[in-house]
Amino acid sequence: MIKQLFFTALLLFAFTELTAKQIKVCKSCGYTSIKEAIAAAENGDEIIVEAGIYQEYDLRIEKPIKLIGIDHPTIDAMEKGYIFEVLSDSVTISGFKLINVGKSYTSDYAAIHTYRIDNFVIENNIFINPFFAILIEKSHNGIISKNIIKGNAVHEHNSGNGIHLWHASKIEVNDNIIEQMRDGIYFEFAKHSSISGNKSRRNIRYGLHFMFSNDDRYENNMFENNGAGVAVMFSKRIYMRKNIFRLNWGTASYGLLLKEIYDADIIDNIFEQNTIGVNAEGSNRVVFENNNFKSNGWAIKFLGACYGNKLMRNNFMHNAFDISYNGRINGNIFDKNYWSEYTGYDLNKDNIGDIPYRPVKLFSYVVNRTPETIILLRSLFVDIINFSEKVSPVFTPDNLKDFNPLMKPVNDRN
Amino acid sequence: MIKILKYSFYDLMRSRWSYIYFLFYLALGFILLFLNQDVSKAVITLLNIIIVLTPLIGTLFGVMYFYNSKEFTELLLAQPIKRSNIFVGQYLGISLSLSLSLVVGLGIPFLAYGLFQSAEIFNFFSLLLIGAMLSFIFVALAFNLALYFDDKIKGFGLAIITWLFFAVIYDGLFLITMLMFDDYPLDKFALGATIFNPIDLSRILIILKLDISALLGYTGAVFQDFFGTSFGLFFSLVLLSLWIILPLLLIVVKSKRKDF
Repeated sequence: MIKQLFFTALLLFAFTELTAKQIKVCKSCGYTSIKEAIAAAENGDEIIVEAGIYQEYDLRIEKPIKLIGIDHPTIDAMEKGYIFEVLSDSVTISGFKLINVGKSYTSDYAAIHTYRIDNFVIENNIFINPFFAILIEKSHNGIISKNIIKGNAVHEHNSGNGIHLWHASKIEVNDNIIEQMRDGIYFEFAKHSSISGNKSRRNIRYGLHFMFSNDDRYENNMFENNGAGVAVMFSKRIYMRKNIFRLNWGTASYGLLLKEIYDADIIDNIFEQNTIGVNAEGSNRVVFENNNFKSNGWAIKFLGACYGNKLMRNNFMHNAFDISYNGRINGNIFDKNYWSEYTGYDLNKDNIGDIPYRPVKLFSYVVNRTPETIILLRSLFVDIINFSEKVSPVFTPDNLKDFNPLMKPVNDRN
Repeated sequence: MIKILKYSFYDLMRSRWSYIYFLFYLALGFILLFLNQDVSKAVITLLNIIIVLTPLIGTLFGVMYFYNSKEFTELLLAQPIKRSNIFVGQYLGISLSLSLSLVVGLGIPFLAYGLFQSAEIFNFFSLLLIGAMLSFIFVALAFNLALYFDDKIKGFGLAIITWLFFAVIYDGLFLITMLMFDDYPLDKFALGATIFNPIDLSRILIILKLDISALLGYTGAVFQDFFGTSFGLFFSLVLLSLWIILPLLLIVVKSKRKDF
């Protein structure tokens, strides 16, 4: 019985191997347009597109095929609509250069759009000035990797996102480079997915944006110079590790914005030179461990309703303000962090300071109330009031202390 | 005037206090760089020290020098020299020697640690320029006080209070006013109030130069819009110069009328 089954399987396999043929598209081949090739292809076929410029749009893919570009053939949509609309399972699109996707205020035109499919691969493509580059709707089990997306977004209202997932699950987004879109990567209702090794820069809104997306992880990404940094909102169980958040400067710009986040892990990340490193609002049971906060305006700003967060073994170095609170109640735990402004001593040489450190300064409380007072930063008077508040706290939470401040930075990675 | 300037200058160059002041900055520079190894961070630390210390030393030195050389000044007054020349010459002599101690004292360690390879060179020089200007401003204020009060104790006391006022009390009042009126838009007020205190003005100028302005959020951006432009920079340098010129004019006027 088993033998028979095996044999049939082998036969079937051989059969598909036999039928899977390659269809070439080029100026002098049998097929000169990709549309014709797709129409002629059968399930499992490979369409090989050779270098050249193809002026085509709205290419509907309704059968499981592979489209492979050799030397990045250019597909020019002439601003008329979608380029690839993928409506079938098991499709691979790789090695294309996709340009001039149409802009629209009513449709979400995308260079590659998938809808209700399973098991797809989008890799090694280049997107120049797309409206949306990759739009994944209600699709599952996909790989989006090594794509380069370069947009020219200027305004939020008439620009699209780099990689947009909507109601998706189990998608891997790896090693992409995304620049100057609205949101670099946008996860909306995307579950059990991972984002790793991407670089998201100069996007006008967020480098990475999470909404209602649970159980995702992102690692080893770099977010730089984005309009408002990275936003993780209304999501549960997000795992963030080894990411770099840099140079997110601006009036409302954050390295990482947490809003209504539960049970997240933020580990081994670097926050460097952001106006606000982490802005947390309504975030509970988040673990911050082993992060480096370096030269930010505010390292972490806790707004309302943040309870049960744990901050352990982080480095806070040379931030204008380490921690900012706007209330008098502290429901978070600070333990064994390194604070560059800690001035205590360590008599028994166990690398743990003998006096607790108070990371919230009176001045940060004052600045929260009246932002214009920031002009007095580094003034002698401010140092004096900070000192007196440190000695006897009146305005800042009394129990907000790191009882075991470290004397040396946690594994100095600079 | 040049002769008197030269005399005061050489007199101070020979004095112990100038050396101590010079050696202090020299040691400070080396220690900071030794501990930090990073020129840009050393510049930030220096900022904190310079905006507090140069005014203090300027005021104390100014008053002290004036009282100590009073007999010599009176001798000079008996000679056929214009009064303004005597006092302005002395003033320039002391301000120059203080600025020189600052510039050379900090310059040597930073040069030795490779300032020219660092991107901070422009910031460092603006820091030195502002330090020198603060010396000029506070020596002028001190001379005024010393001219008004023959009583040494009174003169010294008021000089210290002047420094304390600009370095600490002013900011306190400033902060309280801002907190009391925080329902109103305060950007312009904050800008205005900064301008009237040379120490605040210097502090803001350097902070914005050190490019942490963008880290200060919305209000930081407002200040950046003003001070970050070449107009703002020019405007604040003119204001700092006014802080030198006006007290200097007062010295001239007062010295002409004063009965020695």
